[in-house]
Amino acid sequence: MMKLLGIVVAGLLAGAGGMALAHDMAGMPGMSQPAEQVAAAEPNTITIDNFTFGPATLTVAPGTTVTWINHDEEPHTVVNVGSTRLFKSGALDTDDKFTFTFDKPGTYQYFCSIHPHMTGTVVVK
Amino acid sequence: MTMDNTGGATRRKVLQCMAWGSAGVLWTVAGGIPRAHALDQAGSEQLAQASTFSFVQVSDSHIGFHGDVNPTPDATLKEAFTQIGAMKNKPAFLIHTGDVSHLSKPVELDTAKEIVKTAGLETFYVPGEHDTIGDNGKAFFERFGRSKTADGWYSFDHGGVHFVALVNVLNLQSGGGGNLGRDQLEWLEADLKGKTASTPIVVLAHMPLWALYPQWGWSTDDGAQALGYMKRFGSVTVLNGHIHQIQQKIEGNVTFQTAQSTAFPQPAPGDGPGPGPMKVSADKLRSTLGIRNINFVAGKPSIKDASLMG
Repeated sequence: MMKLLGIVVAGLLAGAGGMALAHDMAGMPGMSQPAEQVAAAEPNTITIDNFTFGPATLTVAPGTTVTWINHDEEPHTVVNVGSTRLFKSGALDTDDKFTFTFDKPGTYQYFCSIHPHMTGTVVVK
Repeated sequence: MTMDNTGGATRRKVLQCMAWGSAGVLWTVAGGIPRAHALDQAGSEQLAQASTFSFVQVSDSHIGFHGDVNPTPDATLKEAFTQIGAMKNKPAFLIHTGDVSHLSKPVELDTAKEIVKTAGLETFYVPGEHDTIGDNGKAFFERFGRSKTADGWYSFDHGGVHFVALVNVLNLQSGGGGNLGRDQLEWLEADLKGKTASTPIVVLAHMPLWALYPQWGWSTDDGAQALGYMKRFGSVTVLNGHIHQIQQKIEGNVTFQTAQSTAFPQPAPGDGPGPGPMKVSADKLRSTLGIRNINFVAGKPSIKDASLMG
């Protein structure tokens, strides 16, 4: 009955590490695209697999429409972080999509409001 | 934040853990001296009966789920209620610890409501995160709410046991787990204030109140604060769902119990890439689903899980 102890402790550490990683990645320039690159529909797609947004950080040009697709059997949502509601999807069931067009440059953090440990970032520049 | 005292306290309390088997006796002594004496006297039968009752926990029925592992969760929920109907000792009431529906749709909630109604028993619900998508639980609370306010949490008493039904699936914050919030915590503190320390407490909530596996969201960020209000009580039983499997942890006077789903199993904490539905073959599915019977005798709960395999 005590076997969960190790898992719980490991979970706290891993959970904290995961959060730090997400924030670090938001500032990484490695994923930015050349400005002249035309934004095709497919590349600007974030997939949800196993309760994870991928890529964790997506960088797009202003005016790009980003599409989220849920591949899980669990429903998920896509909601921006912050006191101002910029975008909020309904329940995305399996293979459901949600799109949002990012007009203004900036760093947009979002999460799944059902499973809030799921977080991601869209960088618009 | 998540419970930060889990590890140390658990190690520290090994003896208390071992003593759990006799906790009911300890409780009876601590909880009611007259009753403890009465058990050895003529007429004790009546006193014991006054606080002897059972209730059944149903959880995570996920009506509307259509994944391969169980495309008909309404059928398995009906099977659960066939089992409940066949119980020799009729439960006093039922509890449903959330994720009644899969997508918070009114038709899903109504289907579940009709199946639950077949038991003919009063049923106490708390919502899961699947019941509050898009409308913050409006459709759920319209059907199953008991709170006098819109907040959704409430308490009730039965057979000398105080039940607290918490809502930890609303206003979830990015990067976190379950959330009770300041208003609910204040309410909880006030609700428990008038209770004697000998009153057995049962807490109903959907997500685990302790940090079971935070990176899969299996925790409640401010759960430790809620549990802090319960430290003075001799017996606290926390019943939740959310993780679709039986897990138990004992922390001093508190036992945490997670229940099986009636729809589909989920993997053990950290086993695999994520907490999605676990693939099991059709012939094994019902061994992973089930209901839970909680029997209170003289203030001491005993818990028995039964799978849908029968």
